[in-house]
Amino acid sequence: MEVSSAEAALSVSASSIRITDVTQDGDVLTFAIASQKLNSSAGVCVFRIYEDFDWLQQSLFSQENLPGLQGIIFPPLPSKALPSQSNTQTKALKQLGFLALGQDWQSYCKALEFYLQQVAAHPTLCKCKALDSFLINSESPGKQRGRKGIFNRLSQAVEEMRKESHKDVDNFFQNERNKNTNLAALSKVATEKLLDVVMTEQKLALACGHFATSLHLCVNQDDAAAVAFSKVCLKLSDVIEAVNRNFEKVASNDLSTLGLGLDLESRYQEAEKVWECVLMIACKLIELETVKKGTEKAKASKREVMEAFQKAVEKEFNLISSVAKQEIERFHSSRVNVLKNFLIGWCELQLNTAKEFAELYSQHLEACRNMYSE
Amino acid sequence: MSGGCGRNPPPFPDNEDQEAELDTRVLDSDEDDDDEGEDIFTGARSKPITPTSAPDEGDIFSEEGSYIRSDVHHATNGLHSDEELDLFTEATVELTLTNTTSQGRREIIGPTASACNTTHVPNSILKPSIVTKTMEELEEEESGDQFELNIAVTNPEKIGDGMNAYMSYKVSTQTTLPMFLNKTFSVRRRFSDFLGLYEKISAKHSLLGCIIPPPPQKSVVGMTKVKVGKEDSSSAEFVEKRRAALERYLQRVVAHPSLLQDPDVREFLERDELPRAVNTQALSGPGLLKMINRASDAVNKMTIKMNESDNWFESKLQEVENEEQLLRRLHAAVDSLVNHRKELCLNTAVLRKSVAMLGSVEENSALSRALSQLAEVEDKMEQLHQQQAFSDFFILAELLADYVRLLGAVRCCFEQRMKVWQRLQEAQSTLQKKREAEAKLLWANKPEKLQQAKDDINEWESKVSQYERDFERVTCTVRKEVLRFEKEKARDFKQHIVKYLESLLHTQHRLVKCWEAFLPEAKAIA
Repeated sequence: MEVSSAEAALSVSASSIRITDVTQDGDVLTFAIASQKLNSSAGVCVFRIYEDFDWLQQSLFSQENLPGLQGIIFPPLPSKALPSQSNTQTKALKQLGFLALGQDWQSYCKALEFYLQQVAAHPTLCKCKALDSFLINSESPGKQRGRKGIFNRLSQAVEEMRKESHKDVDNFFQNERNKNTNLAALSKVATEKLLDVVMTEQKLALACGHFATSLHLCVNQDDAAAVAFSKVCLKLSDVIEAVNRNFEKVASNDLSTLGLGLDLESRYQEAEKVWECVLMIACKLIELETVKKGTEKAKASKREVMEAFQKAVEKEFNLISSVAKQEIERFHSSRVNVLKNFLIGWCELQLNTAKEFAELYSQHLEACRNMYSE
Repeated sequence: MSGGCGRNPPPFPDNEDQEAELDTRVLDSDEDDDDEGEDIFTGARSKPITPTSAPDEGDIFSEEGSYIRSDVHHATNGLHSDEELDLFTEATVELTLTNTTSQGRREIIGPTASACNTTHVPNSILKPSIVTKTMEELEEEESGDQFELNIAVTNPEKIGDGMNAYMSYKVSTQTTLPMFLNKTFSVRRRFSDFLGLYEKISAKHSLLGCIIPPPPQKSVVGMTKVKVGKEDSSSAEFVEKRRAALERYLQRVVAHPSLLQDPDVREFLERDELPRAVNTQALSGPGLLKMINRASDAVNKMTIKMNESDNWFESKLQEVENEEQLLRRLHAAVDSLVNHRKELCLNTAVLRKSVAMLGSVEENSALSRALSQLAEVEDKMEQLHQQQAFSDFFILAELLADYVRLLGAVRCCFEQRMKVWQRLQEAQSTLQKKREAEAKLLWANKPEKLQQAKDDINEWESKVSQYERDFERVTCTVRKEVLRFEKEKARDFKQHIVKYLESLLHTQHRLVKCWEAFLPEAKAIA
């Protein structure tokens, strides 16, 4: 969704952004990010660590002179992964949820990749210079850490606001808030339950593995009957091994599609929550300012100044409002699309796996039946 | 008779998969001309069942468990009259009938065979030359004439109330054997009857070195729940587990050529009312185990080797012990598999609920529909996991558990041989003492006591030769039994693997169907 305008646009194609590799050095994960230049066939590859992603997010939050910034729903950035040895799987699961599972940080990389794609596809955010710099500069932007954006400034206030219930500025937003609260809670629950299912599938795979290995111990060549029995045990071992691989595949399919999708959905719902708070705060601030100015100006009877100020405030308010409304529309349609793609992907993967293993079991069955006539 | 928890057929096989699913427990080896080792017989071909009711109703006699779900209702609580013949499709047992005579001839047992009328072992006295028989000859004796005998245990019903209540099972027999009064008949038996049968058989046959199949174990906890009237899934599972175990027990008993001829077995199958078996306490799990463990001790006490066949027995016993350990381990592995599958089942159910809720609050109608469909998929998968868990359990876990106990029975067999040998040893040493006594008397020249001494010697000489014959016979029997057992074991395991694979395949096909149904729904989201 590239916007061609006078302003600086992203120089790479949003859909081409990929995280192609990840390396671990002690506690630090380094990601290789590749993308395709828009106007040439050249590709770009840069190396980034998590702190760089954080910097990008902060930069996006703290863009100045961007009207209606408060109305934007920012794509959620996954939490930082802590890959140290002392971090057990339970801790990792608590911290990252689904993204902690999977081989070699694959799910985590996919989530980060998705984040970058979402930012690059956002009509307003893609214009942020920080993004371009993040994706193209070989030098990491690490030096410029510490810029706190609107989010951090208000983070404490966000907590305050959440505790109290404030009247929303508009019925539209009230409805959104209610829907969002429900959805956010349910998405989170669904994600957790899917995680339970995936963990059990992995346990099953492991149990099958043990069983298959134990069967190998039954091999005994002493006499004809023992040989026959050993053959049978080995056959069963093969079958159980197949069941093992089946479960591993199923679990990995679950992870890479539905798991990822639900996790993303869940985090997006959280992002929307944050957005609402930011909106409320912005509107509140405007209110306060209005009151303040009003008190000041009340003494001087410069009506024109008052009215001009009033108009300016209303304009700002309307701008935020309209941006917010657009964002919500965009958010919903994008969200539905994303979930649809994940569901289709998941279904296709699981269907292929199921067919593959049906074929394999069928072959084993044939072989077993032939054992009779041996 | 108070209302019982009737046995509902297992929820799974689908109509269209019925044929593929049928148990091929019966070996079809018409083409098999191999004389040497394979059993040559045909049993009843499994008839395809034509299901008359709901797609989820399956064959009553399939080996897998039936799970009494409150939401699965079946029109009748037992056998349909038109399914009478189908009772036994899953319950066939291969039978051999031989008269185990010394000459290795194959004899067909007729209705007037002496075996039927006596309570003694049908074996005639074996000549000592038996021990030198080759393995091939012993295996040849295995194949015999073909008769059909199918047994099924069904319809558990609770009789009575409170702590005096008990479960009564229907034992149905279908046979072409002439020694039975009818071709098809059934009786009702309770668990203690089965234990009583074991006790009787054991008393008679174990002394001869036969491997007696052990009965299912007593379970105070399981039965108490049933008695108290807890109608939950765990007591239904317990009853099903026991029913299947009793069926397998009987099938093993009648598969044994000598045991089948035992009139007690016939009486058990045929007679309407059996006297109540008492003193079955000794046959609880721990009791049986104690009896079995003594076998190993007895072997260790054997200091003098008798002849070269001892090597065979010693190494065989070691093999049996090793195998028992291995099977225990395997059983534990399968148990863990079953538990994980049950866990997966629960988790899937929880996931389904949360997805369904998500679908109900979702505003986008296509997405909402897709999520509801997803909840349906998860629901089907939960059922599939449940069924597969039952397969795992009834096909694999119970098989392994049965064989752990059977191997224990094999060890008992070895112990019997030990006992007979010890008796022989003792008699020989007594005879020796008597001879010494006679010699002393001759030396001391006391003619009046000499006659007594001579009488004693004669008595003990005949005892020794009797015990020698006994020992030869036991040795031969044990050997044959072990061979038969091992062949049977290999075949049993093979059959079960095929069955297991069939169930896996069936589940997998249904899984494919689930996903195929969901795909268009996912694609329809706009």
